[in-house]
Amino acid sequence: MNAALEHALQDWYPIAMLGELAPGERKQSRVLGIDVTVLANDSADETDSTPPITVRAEGAPVHVQQAFDHWWVCLGNAPKPLFSIEEAGEADRRFVPCGVVRVACSPLRAVENFLDIAHFPFVHTGVLGAEPHTEVYKYDVKVDETRDEVIATNIKFYQPQAAKSAEGGIQTEYIYRVPAPMAAVLYKTCPLKPEAMDVIALFVQPLDEQTCDVWPWMALYDDTSTQAELIQFQQLIFLQDRSILENQLPKKLPIDPGHEIPTKADYTSVAYRRWLKKRGAYYGALEAQP
Amino acid sequence: MSFTLHDYVLSGNCYKVRLLAQILGVAYTVKPVDFHPGKAHKTPEFLALNPHGTLPVLESDNTLLTDSSAMLVWIAQQFDTTHTWWPTNDAHRLALTVQWLGFSAKLTESIGQLRLHTMLNRPADAATLNTLSTENLRELENHLCEQSIRGLAFLTGDQPTVADIACFAYSALSPDAGIEHTLYPAIRGWLHRIRCLEGFLTMPGIYEAHETRNEHTAAS
Repeated sequence: MNAALEHALQDWYPIAMLGELAPGERKQSRVLGIDVTVLANDSADETDSTPPITVRAEGAPVHVQQAFDHWWVCLGNAPKPLFSIEEAGEADRRFVPCGVVRVACSPLRAVENFLDIAHFPFVHTGVLGAEPHTEVYKYDVKVDETRDEVIATNIKFYQPQAAKSAEGGIQTEYIYRVPAPMAAVLYKTCPLKPEAMDVIALFVQPLDEQTCDVWPWMALYDDTSTQAELIQFQQLIFLQDRSILENQLPKKLPIDPGHEIPTKADYTSVAYRRWLKKRGAYYGALEAQP
Repeated sequence: MSFTLHDYVLSGNCYKVRLLAQILGVAYTVKPVDFHPGKAHKTPEFLALNPHGTLPVLESDNTLLTDSSAMLVWIAQQFDTTHTWWPTNDAHRLALTVQWLGFSAKLTESIGQLRLHTMLNRPADAATLNTLSTENLRELENHLCEQSIRGLAFLTGDQPTVADIACFAYSALSPDAGIEHTLYPAIRGWLHRIRCLEGFLTMPGIYEAHETRNEHTAAS
């Protein structure tokens, strides 16, 4: 087994939304190129100790846990802990799992695109950005050594409609976290509650190195929009990205410097690629692990 | 008389209605339906409204429509004062418009289904749908190529009709289903002409033409 796959096997990936499958229902999926079967167990009564869901990879059961309104799986024998999102415990937020979208791109490219601000006015025109407000102002990026995460802070960007709840353009503040190679979490100004931040995450299930299922999830303050409105706002945004992502070349993400020439606006991307390289997260990367 | 559109943001058939309404400057109310992941279009409440369990649904005071082509005809007949989008005073063009509305339903059944499979993991026979989609696009390409030889820019003549709107959506969205436009130069030109129409509206996967981009942005 190659080192990139061995590394990726120890991380957790979303496989289904909670409640997606009716009791007794099963579905086929794939994680890291391995076929998996997801079965929602038909538990007999409340005292039954059968877990609600069983996931098997090539016949053998794998590690399963629930978090952030999704079922997560780990196919490795030494699972790393799943990252935390503290806001998931705040009862006054609206939790919005947005459903799966399949994208023919490297799982790493899906994450990297989510971290990019510069494309907002061109891909999400009139919503997350608009010309002539295209400048990406200086912001800070670092690797948080204790949590081993990439963190970008002090990001400010003008957005015509920053969220479903926004009425008119606002200067939006962003913080990005990359807590795992195939997950990204952003915090942005909440239009209805300026002292708080909305949370939007992208959980990526790697089907293989060039295909992924993406499960967006949100934890918002919004007491006016319907669930359908919130989901469709997020799908509008993400499906605008999808057609761009499927056209990015090379299909796998280059993480060695030298393939591409980054600009100042790409600081987060540069930090993400370095961090992937340092931890040996080469699954979905252009280069073979040295 | 305005209307309510039961809408799903990623649906090509819903988009047809939004696009024509925008071009004709018709205001309407949107009611988002959680098609994915919620499958709200299969709930008893929705089935009571539309027993077919499909989107879009158009509701007005005395009309309830569940077919997007019918909605386009209704909107054009109600709101198009030029009578070009639903050309009732030209038998030849009217008949061709009906014919190409029929063709648009084939695009939904081929490209539309393949797109749901490719994008939202809906079960389907991808190989068969891929063959059908390609056949449909070739037929459209041939027709548009012949039209261009005749000096006609659109499906039924020198002006767009509801049939152009109806065929535009899933032709433009075929890359979402993994079918690029590279092999279809006449379709590409026609898609571009529609994207340049006054009042054009985007959806995910369908972008503004670069030429009109700044005007539209400034207007919004």
